[in-house]
Amino acid sequence: MKRIVVWPPYIWLLVLFLLPFALVFKIALSDYAIAIPPYTPTFDIADPASWGATLRAFDFENFQWLLDDKLYYTAYMSSLRIAFISTVLALLIGYPMAYAMARAPQQWRGLLMMLVILPFWSSFLIRIYAWIGILSNEGFLNMVLGWVGIPPLSIMYTDTAVYIGIVYAYLPFMILPIFASLDRMDASLLEAAEDLGCTRMSAFWRITFRLSLPGILAGCFLVFIPVVGEYIVPDLLGGSNTLMIGKVLVEEFFNNRDWPVASAVAVVLLFILVIPIVLFQRAAERRQSASA
Amino acid sequence: MKLSRFNIVSLTLGFAFLYLPILILIVFSFNESRLVTVWGGFSTKWYGELFQDARFLDAAWVTFYVAFISSTVATVLGTMAAYTLVRGARFRGRTLFSGMIYAPLVMPEVITGLSLLLLFISLGLDRGGFTIILAHATFSMCYVSVVVSSRLVSFDRSLEEAALDLGATGWQAFRLVTLPIIAPAVAAGWLLAFTLSLDDLVIASFVSGPGATTLPMRIFSEVRLGVSPKINALSAILIGLVTLGVIVASLTTKRAATR
Amino acid sequence: MMTEDIFAPWADPSQTPLIRYANVTKKFGDFTAIDDVSLDIFPGEFFALLGPSGCGKTTLMRMLAGFETPTSGTISLGDQDMGTVPPNKRPVNMMFQSYALFPHLNVWDNIAFGLRRDGLPKDQVAARVEEMLRLVQLQKFAKRKPDAISGGQRQRVALARSLAKSPKVLLLDEPLGALDKKLRQETQFELVDIQEKTGTTFMIVTHDQEEAMTVSSRIAVMDEGVIKQIDTPSTLYEAPASRYVADFIGDVNLIPGDWRGDALHWAEGQAPLAVASDVAPGPAWLALRPEKIAIAKNKPQADNAVQGQVIDIAYLGNLSTYVVEIAGGQKVRAQATNARRLSRRDITWNDQVWLSWTATAGLVLTE
Repeated sequence: MKRIVVWPPYIWLLVLFLLPFALVFKIALSDYAIAIPPYTPTFDIADPASWGATLRAFDFENFQWLLDDKLYYTAYMSSLRIAFISTVLALLIGYPMAYAMARAPQQWRGLLMMLVILPFWSSFLIRIYAWIGILSNEGFLNMVLGWVGIPPLSIMYTDTAVYIGIVYAYLPFMILPIFASLDRMDASLLEAAEDLGCTRMSAFWRITFRLSLPGILAGCFLVFIPVVGEYIVPDLLGGSNTLMIGKVLVEEFFNNRDWPVASAVAVVLLFILVIPIVLFQRAAERRQSASA
Repeated sequence: MKLSRFNIVSLTLGFAFLYLPILILIVFSFNESRLVTVWGGFSTKWYGELFQDARFLDAAWVTFYVAFISSTVATVLGTMAAYTLVRGARFRGRTLFSGMIYAPLVMPEVITGLSLLLLFISLGLDRGGFTIILAHATFSMCYVSVVVSSRLVSFDRSLEEAALDLGATGWQAFRLVTLPIIAPAVAAGWLLAFTLSLDDLVIASFVSGPGATTLPMRIFSEVRLGVSPKINALSAILIGLVTLGVIVASLTTKRAATR
Repeated sequence: MMTEDIFAPWADPSQTPLIRYANVTKKFGDFTAIDDVSLDIFPGEFFALLGPSGCGKTTLMRMLAGFETPTSGTISLGDQDMGTVPPNKRPVNMMFQSYALFPHLNVWDNIAFGLRRDGLPKDQVAARVEEMLRLVQLQKFAKRKPDAISGGQRQRVALARSLAKSPKVLLLDEPLGALDKKLRQETQFELVDIQEKTGTTFMIVTHDQEEAMTVSSRIAVMDEGVIKQIDTPSTLYEAPASRYVADFIGDVNLIPGDWRGDALHWAEGQAPLAVASDVAPGPAWLALRPEKIAIAKNKPQADNAVQGQVIDIAYLGNLSTYVVEIAGGQKVRAQATNARRLSRRDITWNDQVWLSWTATAGLVLTE
């Protein structure tokens, strides 16, 4: 039965996951056209004679365009920067929480996990929306600051708002894997360390932290990779100065109707992310078989 | 094991950070006034307006049936994928398969959305509810696979062998022994897929068509214009439903465990 | 328990084996788990595969069940080559080491599982399940789930389930490992009882030689994928063919030396040891069981007498084992029953003693 079971998901993914990437790459090589769909040349599968002409019409013009216009380069760099900083922030906030959860008495752990998962299960969009009401110039935050006599902060539509939004939205993704690996850790290891002469601090870094590294790594991958291409947060909370490549892609696609350039943006983004994605997949598989 | 002060503080601050925005959202859904800074008194009028807004109701319906169908498809496919990855040792193309299962977990949605739209166009498919279902099933399947895999990995193989030894075929062993035992994980996978579908904005925006606007899409177009108390009301309802669901789920699992 | 003069089909040329392993080899990649093993098992036997962890005994059994396929060689049941037959179609059932009871089904449904796969009518299934419950005396627990019964009871459910389909062969994978000593001993006798009652051929895998000795009609002693010796328990104990078997089963003293055909020259200046054996001369060991050695303060009249010093005593209640150091630094264990209650033990630490035994007490082993 094992042989048959693999086919449905395999074929599904080949057609609906892999094949689309090939198409993106193909469109990235095409030219913009005022047509539906807005690109040329279109492959006519039925007419092999046209294939040659179609292939010859492909070029790397769009990629050249990306290289020429500084906007794209800045957007890629800015996305990487924002993703990196957000990941670090999420780690700084998430690790102590996960650690505290793992140290909590057994009967509380389920409840704490539920409390972390609850925001995760409620809508991403709504949670970002909540920050609009808080961070906007006439928002909740400024109202509270006003009570204490602090002048209003203009956070909305800045990078700071984007950081807040991203960390807020992705925090559960960082907490859960770290909690999972801390929870799995045998408490007697720490006792053994202290018995052998370690201080509390040293036992923490050498043993607890080290053993939670797989969880930390998983959490970082789960935050960093998707955030590079994040669209919703920069669109709702960021300003025109906040350049993120996800937003650029959507604008090229929907506003400019320039599908070839949008595709080229996607291809380059994919190339940038391929190494982290492969590393993530390897680490995930390894953890899967290790816990077997 | 009592918690140290540092731990209690981190937890409190952390959860405050996570929950305050949500609480503020819910509180202001009852605000008579439209503005966040002015409390105009307690009112449920926004809820009333919400339920009379046909666009929201339509979007809710679309969102719901898309989520239901796509998560069911995703659960079946994801369970098959999990079974293959955990049980099938080495087969040709395994690395590719594994890559295709894990990559969507981290793939930026803009890439997935764009690529799927291009696929649907080249296949000549009419975009609408059907294409959203296809798209959601595709990425949800990977999440289901991860959830079911981790259950299968700790599943005692000798139970399946015992079933075979007693005369069951492979399929019978799966249906009568494995499936009932991993059922909670499969259900959790379905729930996860359902939530992901319910919540998806980016991919749905790319692959949907006229007449198939999902709730997130509707919400997004509203909030780009700024704060809207109707959205607050909708948020409060959604959060309430999710909370109810999570509480019910954890109570039932707790009861099942102690039985 | 089987006494060999009544039940010995392996010695009877007119008997055909029920199970035959013919030149079976099993490799996992580069690792050879089973190396060219041939073995015949006769109907009605309680056959044991005995050996340390990793010797291949479990693999050998799983090949009969159908969960592993031999890399080369054939396995036949009756006259049928089991080569391509999947596990669910073999007339063989297995009792798993972990019992593998289905946690979501109660005791009744667990036992009924195999019967239902055969498509038997409901009343037949019910009758058989009741019969099995009576056999293992668990009628009162029929509706309970596995997590609501004790370890010993779970073991009996596993046994009942595996016997329900009246298989030709029942395989038991270390069935008594999880039980405490007393329960283990009781269960051993129960198993033999049930085997005699049902007439099924049993094959048991174990690393516990006491267990193997207690229940089996014959034992195959294995090491690293090879069978070292197959014999009845008493033959294995009294006539081991190699040092490995002699040492694995029970306790044994091995004194190395030069075997001259009538005596073993083992140390300078010491009288050679007389052994009745037709082994060809050459370097060899004298294998001597501790209980065959008498220990005394004064030199006795005996075929063999060796002097030594007591360096350790293990008092086990019914027996005492004395560790005596003889010439050349060799340590010999002698065992004596404590036949007299409260008698002043006249042998104690550091005493000079005489160990003695007859010429037929030991064996000469060249392997």
